[in-house]
Amino acid sequence: MTIFGVPTQALFGQLLIGLINGAFYALLSLGLSVIFGLLNIINFAHGAQYMMGAFVAYFALQWTGLGYWPSLLLAPVVVGLFGIVLERTMLKRLYQLDHLYGLLLTFGVALVVQGVFRNQFGSSGLPYTAPAQLTGGYNLGFMFLPTYRAWVVVFSLVVCFATWYVIERTKLGAYLRAATENPTLVQAFGINVPRMITLTYGFGVALAALAGVLAAPIYQVNPLMGADLIIVVFAVVVIGGLGSIMGSIVTGFGLGVIEGFTKVFYPEASNTVIFVIMALVLLVRPAGLFGRAT
Amino acid sequence: MNVLRIVTLVAALAVVAAPAHAQISDGVIKIGIMNDQSGTYADLAGPGSVVAARMAIEDFGAAKKGMKVEVLVADHQNKPDVGSSIARQWFDADKVDVIIDVPTSSVVLAVNQIAREKNKALIVSTGATSDLTGPQCSPNAIHWTYDTWSLANGTGSAVVKTGGDTWFFLTADYKFGHDLERDTDAVVVKNGGKVVGKVRHPFPNADFSSFLLQAQSSKAKVIGLANAGADTINAIKQGAEFGIVKGGQQFAGLLVFLTDVHALGLEKAQGLLLTESFYWDLNDRTRAFSTKFAERHRQAKPTMAQAGVYSAVLHYLKAVEALKSDDGPKVIAKMKELPTDDPVFGKGMVRADGRKIHPVYLFEVKKPSESKGPWDYYKVRATVPAEQAFRPMDQGHCPLVKK
Repeated sequence: MTIFGVPTQALFGQLLIGLINGAFYALLSLGLSVIFGLLNIINFAHGAQYMMGAFVAYFALQWTGLGYWPSLLLAPVVVGLFGIVLERTMLKRLYQLDHLYGLLLTFGVALVVQGVFRNQFGSSGLPYTAPAQLTGGYNLGFMFLPTYRAWVVVFSLVVCFATWYVIERTKLGAYLRAATENPTLVQAFGINVPRMITLTYGFGVALAALAGVLAAPIYQVNPLMGADLIIVVFAVVVIGGLGSIMGSIVTGFGLGVIEGFTKVFYPEASNTVIFVIMALVLLVRPAGLFGRAT
Repeated sequence: MNVLRIVTLVAALAVVAAPAHAQISDGVIKIGIMNDQSGTYADLAGPGSVVAARMAIEDFGAAKKGMKVEVLVADHQNKPDVGSSIARQWFDADKVDVIIDVPTSSVVLAVNQIAREKNKALIVSTGATSDLTGPQCSPNAIHWTYDTWSLANGTGSAVVKTGGDTWFFLTADYKFGHDLERDTDAVVVKNGGKVVGKVRHPFPNADFSSFLLQAQSSKAKVIGLANAGADTINAIKQGAEFGIVKGGQQFAGLLVFLTDVHALGLEKAQGLLLTESFYWDLNDRTRAFSTKFAERHRQAKPTMAQAGVYSAVLHYLKAVEALKSDDGPKVIAKMKELPTDDPVFGKGMVRADGRKIHPVYLFEVKKPSESKGPWDYYKVRATVPAEQAFRPMDQGHCPLVKK
């Protein structure tokens, strides 16, 4: 059986590949959404923080011999701390100002960080191999599925839904959401709002770093890996609706799949298809698919 | 009336003829190194090309000979529009005499037009399109290090002859990829092989899984990578993940630089066949040059693109010295007249169509066990002699070549 001249078996493969790429989009756009939804900061340094996550994994292996598994925890913590320092020293001064200032600051930070890494490590990237437990793959009949890719999908799904659950279904999440609506009132209840905001930013950044560690064995550990991805991820966030947690997860996976199919039917358009969809969505629903119009 | 007209004509001719007096414009020879300083192609050319150009100026002894040589650097970001505006700015405002290096074929062809229009010189080392010495050849340009035809001829024919007779192309979707695919396709078919499919991926591209899956299901014996730099690295790396080589298919890297192999690591790159016109460990002269280069460039050995810049700058300065002028097309003509000799390519020459001629090598990437240390990556499988390494002049359709 074929669909538009492509065997259905091949399409199954592409569907799966799309989900894998979507997992990265989802993880990254989730972090962006959390940060925007709760801090109102458009975090343009997200791509650089994703790259830093991959580099921390690389350094951990080179300098201390710590492998992939410890890095999954270590990199988010280290880069998350970097985020916290950034928030404490610079970002917190900008909350009262227009969104544009936050955007400019984080964009500047991203350029500086990427520039420093590129100067030090070049642009071809450094090799990082997947742990022995996750090498190899399964022959599914219609395609060869590398174990590592399967792991990426499952792991990011778990992280995404855990994040969604914490923010939408727990008391802590309720505090966070309340603090964005009316920080003064929440503070009056005795909750330390500034600290909560700092930790939230750190968490969003840690999510980016986690995606970076997941990406390291697939792509090279490359100073520019985030710069290429971040623009697409922003498009994903805009389509899903800025600040919507569920929106960013669903659109992340969905757009990965759409992009995957584009690579089969019209590969030349595969890096523009997401932006075409973004333009269409903005025309019809300016707040994004899952966003609430304000 | 007629007398007046003749007087005007004579005056005009005198003005036009004036710059023809042999001299260096503004007393300074300005060399513009234009390439990708920060993106996909930065490691294989980028700042390393600038180091190579400076080394050539020192080794030529410009200062001792009383010649003032300046190097300008610009990042064209692999975009033809950016490259064009830099070229115009350089030629018009900054009085640059020659632009050297220029990766990314689409930028090469754009700058080639401008150099011709402004009557300046262009020497391409990293750019690959064989059209530069074909339909687009110009009296203002030389193609120095390699081209898509020589790559296709080297790797393509070697792979088909060892049994890789069905091909699937992964092609970077711009001028360079298309040309490399076209030239390789011709070589494959000429040697009795068959092309069963192709897919054109965006440039640059990070995730190749979807394209690899298509290549896998094509059942072609050889997957030809008509791309370069980080694209090639990612394709090979992810190919290993998807079990391409284990499944009995083989990669042919149609343009692989030493820095790509370094980034991939021998574990993933071993056994890869590739064509280059330079490798640091060929002979005493290349080793001496490369050691000096590495000391000045993060301990990295030069790629053929960077070595080519060295060789090109050296020969350019020789021609300027002989001519005592830095007039664009005249220097290019002088460069074609003088034989070349340098530590990088040894002895060679520049053809009438602007093609620099030297031997080209088919290399195989060593196994990790065969390598003695960092940068010890290649062994020579075959040497293509200079006369056979590049497209014969009569097949290129270059208007400069008299039939």
